[in-house]
Amino acid sequence: MGTSHQGIAASDGLFRGPVRRLGSARRERRGTGDAATERQALQQAIAHAVAGVTALMARVDGEAQDILGFQVAMLEDDALSAPALSTIDTGTPAHVAWSAALDGEISGYEASDDDYFRARAADLRDIRDRVLRHLAGGDAAGEATGAVLLGDDIAPTAFLETDWTAGGAIALLRGSATSHVAMLARARGVPMVTGLGELPARTAVLAVDGGRGAVLADPDSAQRAQFDAALEADTRARAREERFRLRPAVRRSGERIDILINVAGVGELDRIDHAACDGIGLMRSEFLFRDGAPLPGEETQYRAYRRFAEWAQGRPVTIRTLDIGGDKPVRGLTPEGESNPFLGLRGVRLTLAREDVFRTQLRALARAAVHGNLKVMLPMVTAPDELARSAALLDACVAELGAQGVACHRPPLGIMVEVPAAAVMPELFRGAAFFSIGSNDLTQYVTASSRDDARVAALNDPSHPAVTALIARVARFGREAGIPVSLCGDMASEPRHLPALLDAGLTSLSVAPARIARLKAAIAEL
Amino acid sequence: MSETAEGSVVITHDVGLHARPSVKLTKLAKGFASTLEIAGAAQGPWIDAKSIVKVMAMRAKQDSTLFVRAAGADARAAVEAVIGLVRRDFDDTGDGH
Repeated sequence: MGTSHQGIAASDGLFRGPVRRLGSARRERRGTGDAATERQALQQAIAHAVAGVTALMARVDGEAQDILGFQVAMLEDDALSAPALSTIDTGTPAHVAWSAALDGEISGYEASDDDYFRARAADLRDIRDRVLRHLAGGDAAGEATGAVLLGDDIAPTAFLETDWTAGGAIALLRGSATSHVAMLARARGVPMVTGLGELPARTAVLAVDGGRGAVLADPDSAQRAQFDAALEADTRARAREERFRLRPAVRRSGERIDILINVAGVGELDRIDHAACDGIGLMRSEFLFRDGAPLPGEETQYRAYRRFAEWAQGRPVTIRTLDIGGDKPVRGLTPEGESNPFLGLRGVRLTLAREDVFRTQLRALARAAVHGNLKVMLPMVTAPDELARSAALLDACVAELGAQGVACHRPPLGIMVEVPAAAVMPELFRGAAFFSIGSNDLTQYVTASSRDDARVAALNDPSHPAVTALIARVARFGREAGIPVSLCGDMASEPRHLPALLDAGLTSLSVAPARIARLKAAIAEL
Repeated sequence: MSETAEGSVVITHDVGLHARPSVKLTKLAKGFASTLEIAGAAQGPWIDAKSIVKVMAMRAKQDSTLFVRAAGADARAAVEAVIGLVRRDFDDTGDGH
């Protein structure tokens, strides 16, 4: 009988499949002892790696595409394989020769005193491991589908590189600090469980229940049948929910609820049906600011924001200004060595401290606002002064653009309500054009517990009465003051939290695109 | 018909000869029949501008001078093209989000 293990729910859904261990690139391979065969094996593995990365490029965009383009160029350069090939000629197996050659290159990058070059070491490691996987028998991460990825943690790139079209799931032993991946998993609808602690060493098959945060290791036939029945019921429920996707969300009473989407990149827009949402409730501008990459200029940002504005065709697009710091470091921008980054210089605190960076973003936003119904939202607002200073800066940018003869429009400026100080006293922020409740951070700060720490994750509960009372308070104040209020945290996509949110009087929710149908179906019942 | 040409240009790109600029430079270089080499100093060492592995290994930074030389039928055009690309900041509008 298989053993059942409890972890933390990170992304809904059921999936059963063979385990693929993350980070197990150095699989066993024995050399053939023949230099000519080894040479050929390496050249073939490189060709496969090139084909794999090229195929992957078609599925990503922007920065990710550039990184992969760089990897292809490196792989196609004979200078990369030449040292390995000459070592092979002296009788060394292909995988040993390749590892040694690439390790040499990698240490060269690691030794650089330049952040940008040092960051490329990760690409070289990726190249090394990809070729090693092909040498060991083809099965490269990201190309095969329909497996449960199992490991301590998973890098965002590893998630992006995986082709999820044929299903799959993620099971992590540790509480992942990169909840970035959990966000990606929810957006794609990939079941994910974190913080499992330990699993039997030779687990070959995992049945993952993302919604319950539980997995079943090596289920026997009875357990498989039971799981598959649940899966089938879930599939039926999803099919039923799908019927609601393109309809407006309407409660039994006839009350209409606006459903907007949370997005983190331009590429996501291609996968979303226009008609399924009432706009973009949260666009995370951080995707433009990659760690180790140069800061994006005004023109780059303008073009990106403009694409969102145009995509929405007049529906609202709320773009959150740079929200880094905390668990989202960007070298050269975020402070290093903070003893408690979640209580440190992050969100609007950081952008106000880096006026150059903030101005560039605000100018780009004001220019993009000409092309649609764009709104600007400040993260982590704690004191009214932060809103006032940001508003003054935005006004100054608009005036400056006007004087330069550049087309621009002053977008409405609203705030995220995620710091308890703002949620307790929303009346301090009458100047805000709108409030958007960030339930993830609000819950974390109100309950003083991180959802990334498996030991306290149970306390991180958005349905804690203290959290729901604050949400109701903000919604009530918004109604009285005529300030629109919406909620854009993960709480909105959990049907079990819906009654509390609707009771609080919220009529606008923003969720990951993958949750639209389920949410609308649940609203129709209430 | 063989000719030789050389020139130099200051790298003004934000981060120097980084991944994206290097991909562009080597792609451009491969389009010429001539041998095309670059160096971080007038006296070399010269490296093959068609090899991204070697171009990246130069780790050329912003504000450093890039020396270019070529030999072959289209040497002059090749040197001009490389210098033009660096001058235009590698056509890097940063539209790579």
